[in-house]
Amino acid sequence: MAKFQSLKEAVAENIRDGDTVAFEGFTHLIPHAAAHEVIRQGIKDLTLIRMTPDIIYDQMIGMGLAKKVVFSYAGNPGVGLLRRMRDAIENNWPRAIETEEHSHAAMANAYEAGAAGLPCAIFRGYRGAGLKEVNPNIKSILCPFTGEELAAVPAHRPDVAVIHAQKASRRGDVLIEGIVGVQKEVVLASRRSVVTVEEIVEDFDDLHPNLCILPHWTVTSIVEVPGGAHPSYTHGYYDRDNAAYLEWDRISADRDLFMAWMRENVLDAGPEVFAHRVKGL
Amino acid sequence: MTNRSDFTANEMMTIAAARALSNDDVCFVGIGAPSAACNVARLTHAPDITLIYESGTIGTAPNVLPLSIGDGELCETAVTTVSVPEMFRYWLQGGRISIGFLGAAQIDRFGNINTTVIGDYRKPKVRLPGGGGAPEIATSCQEVFITMKQATRSMVETIDFYTSFGHGTGGDHRRRLGITTKGPTLLITDLAVWRPDPETKEFTVVSMHPGVDRNMIQETCGWTVRFSESVEETPPPSDLELTTLRELQARTERAHGGKKGN
Repeated sequence: MAKFQSLKEAVAENIRDGDTVAFEGFTHLIPHAAAHEVIRQGIKDLTLIRMTPDIIYDQMIGMGLAKKVVFSYAGNPGVGLLRRMRDAIENNWPRAIETEEHSHAAMANAYEAGAAGLPCAIFRGYRGAGLKEVNPNIKSILCPFTGEELAAVPAHRPDVAVIHAQKASRRGDVLIEGIVGVQKEVVLASRRSVVTVEEIVEDFDDLHPNLCILPHWTVTSIVEVPGGAHPSYTHGYYDRDNAAYLEWDRISADRDLFMAWMRENVLDAGPEVFAHRVKGL
Repeated sequence: MTNRSDFTANEMMTIAAARALSNDDVCFVGIGAPSAACNVARLTHAPDITLIYESGTIGTAPNVLPLSIGDGELCETAVTTVSVPEMFRYWLQGGRISIGFLGAAQIDRFGNINTTVIGDYRKPKVRLPGGGGAPEIATSCQEVFITMKQATRSMVETIDFYTSFGHGTGGDHRRRLGITTKGPTLLITDLAVWRPDPETKEFTVVSMHPGVDRNMIQETCGWTVRFSESVEETPPPSDLELTTLRELQARTERAHGGKKGN
């Protein structure tokens, strides 16, 4: 049953040292405010799952929170490479991280298998691909009916899912609109979930019947954080802050600049700054 | 009529790539150079082409080029937006996509693509973003088009990592791995149009862009280039094609505050 909490309480109650946590949002609705709270609380030795690590994982890796990253595309979308993640992989700074790399198809299938309560995902993939030579979690299975060889990967079963969404109702139902990504799957695949939302509304009575809704009994914690996806965007609320993504390339290129930025904008800030950041977007 | 001094090599590349697409195509659009080409096709000769981005947007018609594959513009102009698992399972794996349009950091003569690492996978010299959707785009779309600028560091004898499988070591390598789709059938660079040899599957130059000679193609390619028996000259961009591309880029720059889009 969904609890309405402050971001500090929701993160402290749900995410612990050593947990496997999936922050999702496919270029849209990326839960930046929640990631910053995890960084402020210094929760460590995390296994971080995410299709497209982008800025939030660059920040968490750069602050030394990650033990392992499971991913399928590690780039700053539309800009270039993830410099903090690269520094960790190439130079072990600030600590060495393990990586487990997949394709998008494998990650999406693994979330779906997790939501479906299956131990693994089966799909037609990785044919001729080098990843299956370097990732022992990519295996194959023969179809018992046709004999076709198919790829198999373990289901994702995170301890915690963290997502951002447009709205929650007073009852705790959550509405996700626009590019819905894998958010429904990641919440249903995880033991616990933290959902930040732009706003809490009375009810969902006037909505279209086929919208993407997570019923209140599938969600653990709900937090109202206006602007909580910035510099990503929330469809219907504010646009992507492209300048911030470009700026991140400069900030993340230098360890000292990165640390100074994190102190000023994350460690010494709180979730209330996000509403201000999306004004005018 | 345009002449060579009227357009850049990049513009020629985008326009030559756009021409390869038709109204009936259902095209899975990769991040980077392919996105401009696909949208120029849609805005010129192929208004009914279906463009799909891996964020789940089907039949999208953006007015400006997206900066990422999940910009709001793609969703707002799409016929429908589906979840990412549905995109990869029903639409890509289900065989609904005719063309996969990819860019590449590194490519070899058989159209195998590396976007994962430069150097050894465990101790990379440069860690690149990785495959994203490409490993399955390369094998599940009915055929694959590739577009990239020529350079000896990107068109190499041997790629460092097989992110996306092209024709492997050539010949019937795809079939031997149980892959039933055609794989890379077209490579469009800033200098030429290449197609695989029907037998060996090695990419072969079939058309050179206006003002380009064989030396320019060889000097920017890391393997010994094969030329088709009859090499044609790529028709220069028409006024309509150039105007469409430039207006699209100008709109994109205005919308994104100076950034060109992908």
